[in-house]
Amino acid sequence: MEEAVIKGIKDRFGDAIIDVYEKSPRRTYVTVDPARLPDVAEYLYKDVGCRFSIATGMHMAHGIEILYHFPLDRANWFINLRVILDVDKPSIESIARRVPASEWIEREMHELLGIEFRGHPDMRHLLLTDDWPEDNWPLRRDWKDWRGGDNVKG
Amino acid sequence: MSKGRTVIPIGPYHPLQEEPEFFRLHVEGEKVVGLDIDLGYNHRGIEKLAENLTYDQVPFLVERICGICSTSHPFAGVQAIEDVGNFDIPERAKYIRTFIGELERLHSHLLWLGLAGHFMGYNTVWMWAWKYRESVLDLFELLTGNRNHYGMMKAGGVRRDFADEDIPRVVQVLDGLVRPVMMFRDVALADPVLQARTKHVGCLTKQDCIELGALGPTARASGYDIDVRRDHPYAAYDKVKFNVITTQTGDIFDKVVVRVLEMLESVSICKQCAQKLLEVKGPIDAEYKEIPAGEGIGTHEAPRGEVIHYTRSDGTNKPVRYKIRAPSYMNVATNMRAAVGYTISDATLTLAAIDPCYCCTERTLVVDAGTGKRIMTGKDLLKLSQEKTLKLLEKYPSRMDKIWI
Repeated sequence: MEEAVIKGIKDRFGDAIIDVYEKSPRRTYVTVDPARLPDVAEYLYKDVGCRFSIATGMHMAHGIEILYHFPLDRANWFINLRVILDVDKPSIESIARRVPASEWIEREMHELLGIEFRGHPDMRHLLLTDDWPEDNWPLRRDWKDWRGGDNVKG
Repeated sequence: MSKGRTVIPIGPYHPLQEEPEFFRLHVEGEKVVGLDIDLGYNHRGIEKLAENLTYDQVPFLVERICGICSTSHPFAGVQAIEDVGNFDIPERAKYIRTFIGELERLHSHLLWLGLAGHFMGYNTVWMWAWKYRESVLDLFELLTGNRNHYGMMKAGGVRRDFADEDIPRVVQVLDGLVRPVMMFRDVALADPVLQARTKHVGCLTKQDCIELGALGPTARASGYDIDVRRDHPYAAYDKVKFNVITTQTGDIFDKVVVRVLEMLESVSICKQCAQKLLEVKGPIDAEYKEIPAGEGIGTHEAPRGEVIHYTRSDGTNKPVRYKIRAPSYMNVATNMRAAVGYTISDATLTLAAIDPCYCCTERTLVVDAGTGKRIMTGKDLLKLSQEKTLKLLEKYPSRMDKIWI
């Protein structure tokens, strides 16, 4: 099952699949070209029948990374799509219209990490207050509290 | 805003619940035509805080995310940390973890059942369900030292062992729960008023569940057969026997049935674990000293559905990134479809049916959109829901009318 899915995405998306890392029999991490990510995600969700669990955004040394976690329940397997975006202007096409469950987490990553999701239907704040400044992203490593209080000690 | 449309704000604060949320019900007359959800009133930045704690401290932090399913987050969290290094844990620890997880499901479902009864006007159900919940909390106190926030989970095992002499008492309490749960089951299945209030109300189709990512009992009541315990076995769930309860309609009635029947399964799992704990001896902690660089995912079927934790490690004793996703994050969004098309008096129940229990009636005001005048308070809304049950009681011959109101 797992091999068939990996082969399926390699056949369909070819060069867009940058790296496949089998961490353990139950966990596979696939690095994908950000430009093709929505297509790969849609394939996993609609054709393979994976569930969309959540996405994790993080600010790493090599850029802004997003992991989309897709569990395949019938195979007891997690396939995780990884994209790495430029830290200066992180931008990727939204998958919210193709995978509706991702709408909220994209809003959350937008406000906490400053990632632009192109084509998202509703880009309002989700967790932060409405008066939160536009260019202040709390989950970034270099975050400074705009209200002036002590930063969380790192 | 169209003519005749009124907005009912529900929330954000309600003294019965553990987390504030804000619902805007758009209504035309009695009918709900739209729903807008506002989150973030309880955003505490736990993911950011976790980056500054050691792997030994993180389970204590995430345990405090929720007071009801307090072991669900550390349960998923320690598995994420163990997944970084592909660690295994001792067998006895697996049974203890499973036992704690299921006992928590019991107390959480009983809590929900009581609240659902209260919102419907069956205050005896409320009091009785919480009475039986007390015996579960007493068990927690006996076994872990705390009625809530048990502090049992740690990466590599559990923190406290169970004593053999406590097991007979545990089995006795669990056996004592079967009769009350069966009684609730019979009430749910047989009472015509409860059926009239909950059947074909707040329906969620299987397709809705798949699209919105619904989880746990909310999904299983709609025939979406997912359960992390069976699909991604962890701890001792592959060593105990249990059924995954599903129903097909996706209305509130089915959500009640799924939760009530799940309680019986939880009693069975707990008893199997208790029996095994008498046989399986040995260490309860694998005592891993270092977490290698890498990443890991941990999941757990909390009372409300799948909890997923992700952690990234760089080889130090603190996570670089710690991501948490609770089941209500997905389930709350399903209200946008489940509440629309029904009446206001049903909306309180529908919002409660996914079990963040968001009736939020205490601080609810109906505001006339034209004048801004307050025309209905939270108390009125609760009264509205309870009066509907009373009206139905007159209509249907029920043996409950004397007992349950």
